[in-house]
Formats: sequence, C-alpha cells, structure tokens
Amino acid sequence: MADLALIQHLLRRAGFGASPAELATFAAMSYAQAVDRLVNFDQLPDTVDGHIGQSGYVGTTSRGVFSPNTVADDARQRWLFRMVHSDRPLQEKMTLFWHNYFATGFTKVSGAVKAENATRLMAAKASDDPAKQRGQIELFRDSALGSMRDLLTAVAQDPAMLIWLDGDTNTKAKPQENFGRELMELFSRGVGYYTEDDVYAAARVFTGWNLDRPAGGNNVTTGAYAFVYNANQHETTAKTFSFPIYRDGTRTIPSRAASAGMQDGLDLIAALASHPETARRLATKLYAFFVSETASPDSAFIDDLAATYLQNGTALKPVVERLLTSPQFQAPSIFFTRYAWPAEFVVRSLKEAGWSGFSLGSVLSPMVNMGQELFEPPNVAGWVLGQGWFSTGAMLARMNFGSTLAANQKFNLATAAAASRSSARSVVDYVASRLTADLDSDVYAALLSYASSGAWTGSDAQLQTRVAGLVHLVLGSAEYQFV
Amino acid sequence: MMTRRTFVKNGISAFTVTLAAPAFLSDLARAQGAMSRNLIVLDLSGGNDGLSLLVPYNDAFYYSRRPTLAIPAGTVLQVGSDSSGKALGLHPKLTGLKDIFNQGRLALVQRVGYENSSRSHFSGTDIWSTANPSNTTGSGWVGRYLSTLAPPLDPLTVWNTTGDTPHALSAPGVSVASIPSVSGYAFNSPNNGADATLERGAALTIASHLPVDKPHVAFVGASARAAMATLDRVASVGTYKPSVTYPNNGFGQALQAVAGAMAKSIGTRVFWVQTGGFDTHASQDTTADAGAYVKLMTTLNDGLTALYNDLRNLGLLNDTLLLSFSEFGRRITENGSKGTDHGAASVLLAMGGSVRGGLYGTAPSLNPDASNPTLENSGADVHFETDFRSVYAKVIDTWLGGDSVGVLGGNFRKSGIDFV
Repeated sequence: MADLALIQHLLRRAGFGASPAELATFAAMSYAQAVDRLVNFDQLPDTVDGHIGQSGYVGTTSRGVFSPNTVADDARQRWLFRMVHSDRPLQEKMTLFWHNYFATGFTKVSGAVKAENATRLMAAKASDDPAKQRGQIELFRDSALGSMRDLLTAVAQDPAMLIWLDGDTNTKAKPQENFGRELMELFSRGVGYYTEDDVYAAARVFTGWNLDRPAGGNNVTTGAYAFVYNANQHETTAKTFSFPIYRDGTRTIPSRAASAGMQDGLDLIAALASHPETARRLATKLYAFFVSETASPDSAFIDDLAATYLQNGTALKPVVERLLTSPQFQAPSIFFTRYAWPAEFVVRSLKEAGWSGFSLGSVLSPMVNMGQELFEPPNVAGWVLGQGWFSTGAMLARMNFGSTLAANQKFNLATAAAASRSSARSVVDYVASRLTADLDSDVYAALLSYASSGAWTGSDAQLQTRVAGLVHLVLGSAEYQFV
Repeated sequence: MMTRRTFVKNGISAFTVTLAAPAFLSDLARAQGAMSRNLIVLDLSGGNDGLSLLVPYNDAFYYSRRPTLAIPAGTVLQVGSDSSGKALGLHPKLTGLKDIFNQGRLALVQRVGYENSSRSHFSGTDIWSTANPSNTTGSGWVGRYLSTLAPPLDPLTVWNTTGDTPHALSAPGVSVASIPSVSGYAFNSPNNGADATLERGAALTIASHLPVDKPHVAFVGASARAAMATLDRVASVGTYKPSVTYPNNGFGQALQAVAGAMAKSIGTRVFWVQTGGFDTHASQDTTADAGAYVKLMTTLNDGLTALYNDLRNLGLLNDTLLLSFSEFGRRITENGSKGTDHGAASVLLAMGGSVRGGLYGTAPSLNPDASNPTLENSGADVHFETDFRSVYAKVIDTWLGGDSVGVLGGNFRKSGIDFV
C-alpha cells in the first residue's frame, strides 16, 4: 500500500482529486499499480456518460433536453461530469491539457458555422452524432496519450481548427499564414525556433487544406464537416525551411504535382513532431503541468523526457508514465505547489465536499468569473496559467463558489460530521481531513477560532452552520487553490 | 450646470496640474480630495467600419463602391475638412459626439493601423493589445505601462468591466480587477446574519496570514485579501447616483460604473470598456433606424455622451481621457451581402476635457487604382498613415507621464498627433 498523501497527490495532478470512494480504491494499490491504472486507462471501460442524470452522481441543468452534442453549455457540463466521475481521470486531464495546448475558441467557430454546428465541431461524440461528426475535444480524448505526430496531423485536419486558424481560407492565390505560424510557434518548435520565411513556406505547404461543408449550409445540423484537400488550391512549388524536413537533413519540400501536394503538409508535420526542439518544448510543458510550474525545470530531467519522446516515435504515454514515476514528481516538497486551474478547483471541490443534490449548471457562470470557460480559451495561446488565474475578481469567484457549494451541501456535510460533534476542534479536524490542502497552523487556528466562537453546543443547527462555514473557509483559502 | 466660463477655468487649472505634478497625483493628494488622471480604453470589438463613422462625403468613389451602404452626403454631421482638404462628416446618429467635437473635446485620428494588417479578429486584437505585430503572445501594452509604476499597485488600479481579462491589461505583477457587475462583487456566505459576519472575519484572517516560506500561497492570499479589501470600495460604486441617465444597455451601464468609480474616488486609474457587434459582414445597413450600423452608432453615441455630460457635471472631465480602438477597419467596397469584410486601417476616437479636439491625419482617397498610396491590398483596403503605437506613445508619454519607448519596446513617437 502506498503512502496516502502520495496517492492523493497523484490523483490531484494526474486527475482531479479523489472522492472518498476513489481514494479507497487507489489506497489499496501500490504506487506503481496506481500509476499503471491511470496511464493505461484504455483498459477500463468508458462508461461515464451513461451515468449522467442518474442518482448518486452530480446533476446537470439544461434548457430543454440535455443535449451535449449541440448545446455548448451542455457540452461543458458533460465534460465537467466526466472530470468528476470518470474512471479514467488521466484521460480527462490530458484532454484538458490539449484543449489549452491547441486552444480553440467556440465563439469564432460559432461565428462561422452557427452555435449548434460549432458545438458539434467542438464536442460531439461521434457515436451520438447523425453524421458521426467527432468534436475536437473527442479527438483529444481519443489521442490523449497517443503519438504527437498523429495528433498534430489530426489537429491540422480538424474542422474546428480549420475554422479557428483560418485553414479553410488557405488558397493558392492567398496563402493563409495563421495555422502555419501557430503550428511552429505554439504547437511544436516554439518562439525563436522558426523564421518569418518559415511561416510563409508553411502557409504555402497547407494551401488547399480546406474545410468541406455539408450541403444545405450551416443551418443543417445533421451534415458532416470534414477536412478536404483541394488539389486545385494547392501551391505546388518547392518550400524551403530553416530546419530539416527529412532525415537526411534536407530542408526543402520538393515541388509536387497538385494531386500529390497533400504530402507537403504531412511531411512538415512529421518533421516538426520529431524535432528535438519540439520534444523539449513539450517535455517542459508536461513538466510544468504535472510536476512544477514554480521551480525551474531540471534540465537533465527535461532532456531525459525529450529523449523518451523521441525514442518512442513521439508517443506520449511513455513520457507521462516516466514523469509520474519520477522522484521529482513524488517529492513531497512539490505537493500543493501548482496553481489549480478553475476546472481543477471546481471538480476537486465537488469530489471532496460532495455533490449530492448539486448541479453542474451552477458552476458555468462561476467558472466564467474564475477565468476558465471551457471551449473559450482567451486566444490561441491558451489560458494564462499560474498566477494568471488569480485576479481579485477571479479569486472572489472561487471563494463565492465555495460558498454556493457549502450552502448546497449544508445538510449532507452536517450529517457526515455528526460523529465529530463532541467539540469544535474535532469538527475542524473532520473538515480538514475531508478537504485536502496544506493548511498551516495559522489557518488551523483561524478555523478553530471561527468554529468555537460563542459556546460550542454541537446542536444540529450549530453543526450545519459551522461545518458549512468551515468548508467555505477552506475552499476559499489560498492553500486550497493548489494541486 | 457648468458654464462656459468655469469650463475654461477648469481647463486651465488642469493644464497647470499637468505641469506641476507627476502624471498621477500621489495617494496623499487623492486622499485630500484631489483628482487623478484616468484612462478609459474602449474596445469597439469586431472591426469598426471607420468609413461609416467618419464619412468622406465628397469622395465619389465612396458612393460608387458602396451603392447600398454609403451615407447620403446631406445627412452626415459635417466636421469640416482635414489637412488634406478632404471634407468629412460624422455618422448622422453621432449627434452628441458632434457637440463634443464642437466643444473641442473629441479628436478623430484617421487611418490608424500598421504594416501588413492582420485580418483576423484574434490576431488583430492581440496585435493591438500587445502593441507587437510580430509576436502577440507577450504582455499587454497597458499592463506593461502599469508594471512600471511603483509597487505595490492598488488592486483596483485597473477595472475591467468585461468578464475576461483583456490581453492589453495583462502583464506580470499587474492584478486586474475584472468587475462586470458591481452587485456581483460581494463576499457570499453559506450562512446569514451574525454567522456570516463571523465567517467573513475568519476569511480575512486566513487571507491575511503570510506564509513566508510559500510565496505562491502568499500570492494567492494577497489576491484574496485584495478582493476582500476592495469589496466596500466597489460596493460604494453601486450607490452612485449619476447626474444624467445612462442608456439601459451593457455599454451604458459599464460607463455608469466607470463614472461612479471616479466619483467615489476608489483609486482606479485605468478602465476597460467594450461594445461589440462591429463585425458587419452582412446587412450592415448604415441608414435605416433599425439598421445594424445605425444601432451601433446609437449605442456608442448615447453611452459616450452620457459619460461626457456626467463627468462634466462632476468636474472630472479634465482628468479623463477615453481612447477607442478596434482590431481592424473594414473593406472599402461593400460585399454581396450588403456588408463589409475585414479590412485594415481605421479611425480612432479620443475624448476628454484635456483633449485637443479636431481631425488628425488625413482621410484616404477611395480611388481603387492599385497605385493609390492611401490604400492597400490592390486598392481594397485603407492603408495606415499613423502607426497605432504612435497613438499609444502619445497617451503613455503625455497623458500618463510614462516612458513609451520602454513600454512599447521602441520609439514610436510621431509629431502631428498632439490630440492630448
């Protein structure tokens, strides 16, 4: 059996925290078994969506029928539901990572294809969709720990991305630079590792990588949007880059017949995916996500992760597995040092404080105020992480969400704390054991002072008031804003 | 009511303050009731069609290229001619702004933009926000300016009236108060009455402890503390009774909060307001009462006029500069959907009691000849004459008393745009 604090750390970082039941499951395993279960999530059935609307699970609220494939707010709730209840927390966690990495905004997609189709392109589950349309977020789930080369290729051909970065208007006469630039700047090599001429060349590489829209236009919500290679819009001359494209060091993609020109883009993506610059950039991002964003990464460790990535043909699972089993990840000094994203904060609050009788519809507006509306990253560079989450208004939104949840769970919490009602101190201890946070003695003293204010009677009324107050205070503390 | 005489007098005293005091008066001065300068940044999001806001009504190509969208010359609100002799008129709905123009307190800076203008809303906005056309992932220009001020910055230094923190305000170490709703900026409790008060006290105690060995926790604690410390100041804005009636729409209400924050002297120096819907690809309709662009101009005019009059009545006009921007202008020739597509340079507004009103820069000639130097993209779009960073430089150097070279990463100062 692994150390409980370490298991909780693992589940906060590689998942969204643990409900009491999840913690019991994982606490019975060794650390290696726990990592194995998380990383090899495809060994577990993906049944989570079937529980939406069932009792015992967090609720959802919709206008009319709950329709997560066509209504954005419902899609947001479905994803949050998965974060709360999935048996595959790392899959959802990586999906969130990719959503930020390939940050695509619903509003622009909606402007191009209208809201229902935009929701389909962002979030539709292919098996539920009339045209088997697969939303971008489902692509990220399917490719959560797959190969980066395949993921980049799929993203380059993803309908939402084709709209988001204007690939659908990339033509021979007017090469569109948006995707080509971000592919190198944000999705692979990074700033400083490409030139403006590379951007122009990349734009020409992807000429003709367009979007095929369904007959009947955007008012039809049953047709398929798909990537299409328009050979007649492809610019066929050779494209030369400042970095190697082929294994022999060649920097030029040869001139090809238009009919074969789609290979240009595949060649460029394959090259970018396997560049050492990309490997290091991705390793650094994963390190910041899983291990630490405050301490600067240990260069040798980044090299090691990058080498793992390259040796495994751009596969991500071995990289993440190596991260989670590293001594760096398991060091107690890094516990509770990563700034929690709003989605992480909200989901962990629900898992730890309880969800019975709570609806995810109540978190949508608070999450906007916290600065993370799912499917609406602020721009192509994604959310500003770390301290960027903590404007005063956003912090107040977190505190007030804690209040809403504590008020909603007042009765449940008091019932669960009833066995500890003998003293204010034991009630504080109960709350502090239920909500994982690195509370120091000053915070503990403030909680105790609050709980014991006036005479402690342990009456039902006092228990309900004070337990809810304590839960609110912990959820709204600075300490709780870290995973 | 303010008479013309007191108006002039205030104008002179503000000028004196400019020479005698640093750009922002000290907290001490403010505590004694002195006022400090404010900047309101107005985002006209979607890409404003400058040619419908400031109409070149004697340019025959304006009418030939916009058969359904051109505004009849007889209806524009004439504002005279610019230095190139081009006659110009405001959109007919901008009657309040025309009055402000006549009072010499509205500047219209023409053809503001940059080389190789982005036609993407997102990169366009990012470029205007970062003031860096070649790399838009960095911090915002306003945020960078604020980060040059002596720390610690008061948590209400920047008040963003929209939900998402605008890129222009973001910079390391600069905390942005995003307060779209004054009434929503409150500390809630699961309990009521005395229990809630008790809990609020405990929350403040918790937020106030400073774990010196955990700077990350201390940072978040500071944010919580700042939120709690600003609750009462923000709530005071909710009690503001304006001297005029603001339009009952999001833009009007945001402007009322801005005036309230100034009136209550809560210490905010930069405000961010936004009004959207300028992405008029189809049915732009610039003339009918229910026309899309007409509504945009009505919203803009009514909101800004209310703000101007309210601030004038409060005696705060001379301390206020409002600067508008939009991510790009629009295509000159109307499209097949009676709208206009994404273009390049456009017109920018500066309004305030210290503004030197008038027309700055020159209007484009709309002759579609590809050799027309005032146009670009084979005569399709308006080419910039004034780099947008020159406008920022003017605001940073002259109004805010900062160093535009450091903030903008280069010297973009330009003569001839002395609107403030």
